[in-house]
Amino acid sequence: MLLQRFHLNLEEGGKNIMLQSNELQAIYVMWLRQMKRFVRSKSRLVSTILQPLFFLFILGSGFRMASFPDMHVDYLSFLAPGIIAMAILFSSMFTGISILWDKQFGFLQEVLVAPISRFSIILGRTFGGATTALVQGFIILIIALALGVHIPGILNLFMTIAFMILIAFSAVGFGLVVASKLEDFQGFQLIMNLLIMPLLFLSSAFFPVSDQPVLYAISTVNPLFYMVDGLRGSLLGTANVYPPGFDFLIVLGICALLLGLGSYLFNKSEI
Amino acid sequence: MVIVVSIIQTDHLTKIFDDVHAVDAISFSVEKGEIFGFLGPNGAGKTTTIKMLTTLLRPTKGKAIIADADIKTQRNKVRKSIGVVFQEPALDIELTGQENLDYHARMYGIPRDLRKSRITEVLTLVDLLQKKDKLVKVYSGGMKRRLEIARGLMHRPKVLFLDEPTLGLDAQTRHAIWEYVKRLNKEEETTIFLTTHYMDEAEYLCDRVGIIDHGKIRVLDTIDHLKNVVGNDVITVSCSKQEVFQSHVQNISWVKNIKHHDSFLTIGVEKGEEKIPVLITMAQELGITVHSISVHKPTLDDVFLHFTGHRIRSQDENNVAATLPPQFRGRR
Repeated sequence: MLLQRFHLNLEEGGKNIMLQSNELQAIYVMWLRQMKRFVRSKSRLVSTILQPLFFLFILGSGFRMASFPDMHVDYLSFLAPGIIAMAILFSSMFTGISILWDKQFGFLQEVLVAPISRFSIILGRTFGGATTALVQGFIILIIALALGVHIPGILNLFMTIAFMILIAFSAVGFGLVVASKLEDFQGFQLIMNLLIMPLLFLSSAFFPVSDQPVLYAISTVNPLFYMVDGLRGSLLGTANVYPPGFDFLIVLGICALLLGLGSYLFNKSEI
Repeated sequence: MVIVVSIIQTDHLTKIFDDVHAVDAISFSVEKGEIFGFLGPNGAGKTTTIKMLTTLLRPTKGKAIIADADIKTQRNKVRKSIGVVFQEPALDIELTGQENLDYHARMYGIPRDLRKSRITEVLTLVDLLQKKDKLVKVYSGGMKRRLEIARGLMHRPKVLFLDEPTLGLDAQTRHAIWEYVKRLNKEEETTIFLTTHYMDEAEYLCDRVGIIDHGKIRVLDTIDHLKNVVGNDVITVSCSKQEVFQSHVQNISWVKNIKHHDSFLTIGVEKGEEKIPVLITMAQELGITVHSISVHKPTLDDVFLHFTGHRIRSQDENNVAATLPPQFRGRR
């Protein structure tokens, strides 16, 4: 069995040299498709940008006088990285999940019978999803900066971007995992409401993590917490719990795990 | 002597889903350049066979070779030589027709300078050149089908798979698609493997058909041969005491075959119109009342009935009834 698989890889590996331009084209096509769909779907464009902005403005002005222990910054600055993370998360997850659409509308079959590896399909799709999510993240970042959020230095900006990219890739990976396991969209609603929303509330995106021992324990195993905390530490240089470098390593691990698992499950899935 | 080259060869190809033998050890070969059809009711295993041959599903057992490539171990090689038009539309409806084709061309590694000319070429073939910049979501069902066929042809596949190519289309579009398929087969010498549960479609298009039912191939031959088995003419008799009548009729020398179905008998004969009076006289002598009797040239429908024991259409309706909740049954 192992020998057989090795043989298989060898054979496909030999062909890869010949097919390389093919695979690059496939990645490009998958990416371009995401871009075109994103730009054409006006309602999605508007809602995915407006929703986080509403959060930013309404929560930001509603709680502008609020102050939490160890916050060190005004509430709007505290909130901004949380909202950026949220926007990227939702948008990327949506891309991962949208494989379900392709499954339902049959387009996935067209891609799967093409002479391209599934790895290229995943890669192109992930890049596409991450790009759209990052576009949204940057729009919110720019608005937050215009509203007076202050970035201490250029290094902080680069760290922020690095976190944004990692969050985007992780969320696409998570979406892929979910899409490989689910048959329809009902389950997706359930996962959003019962898993993602609570984790988001416990991630310090909107308010600092609780001192209450149980909630605190949950936060320490909450992947979203490290994403938000790292993003905040990078962007503001303060108000974070752990050093951004530490958060970065954890998020990198989460990202690798989710993307790996997502591609593995997608690879295994049959239509 | 004509050397027959088979382009698809299967050997005991089997797919089992949770104990259900969707495709049960089928072995057949398709010759280069022919239009080969799988005819069978819904759920017979046609789509599962296509999905295995096009590398979307892994077979549980058995093997298949397409254009010298093994569907299990040389999947990419198989994928390069085939084009597929699926039963359900597989287009991106948020993209234009042109974009759908362009993306396809890129994925199949067609070089840039060829892409444009191929797109124009296939769009002209299916009469969609004017609509190429419209989003696919505004296309009608027939236009989508035609676009898919065009897409299947873009990379000049050796074998084109068509899974129920005219399902749910109006008569006019069906005929147009049949014409495309025939032309394609002739002009491009593309081998075509299609599945259908429409008798007329199989009869019009296919050089050879395999009749598939419950995952097994019941019979496989040219349409003329198949019809010959049933007889030059088919007489359908509905009468009382059918068993008695059958036992007497089957001893007559000119009766090629006789089969007993639920409420009627079918008798394969030559010169059917001359045999009707003989049969009626015989029935009267036996004290059997003939309710109705008719003669017609055999169709694929008769062939199907002969080999599977049921008509393709009634089976479909039964299936629909079985999947409907009880309160809706009988309303169709």
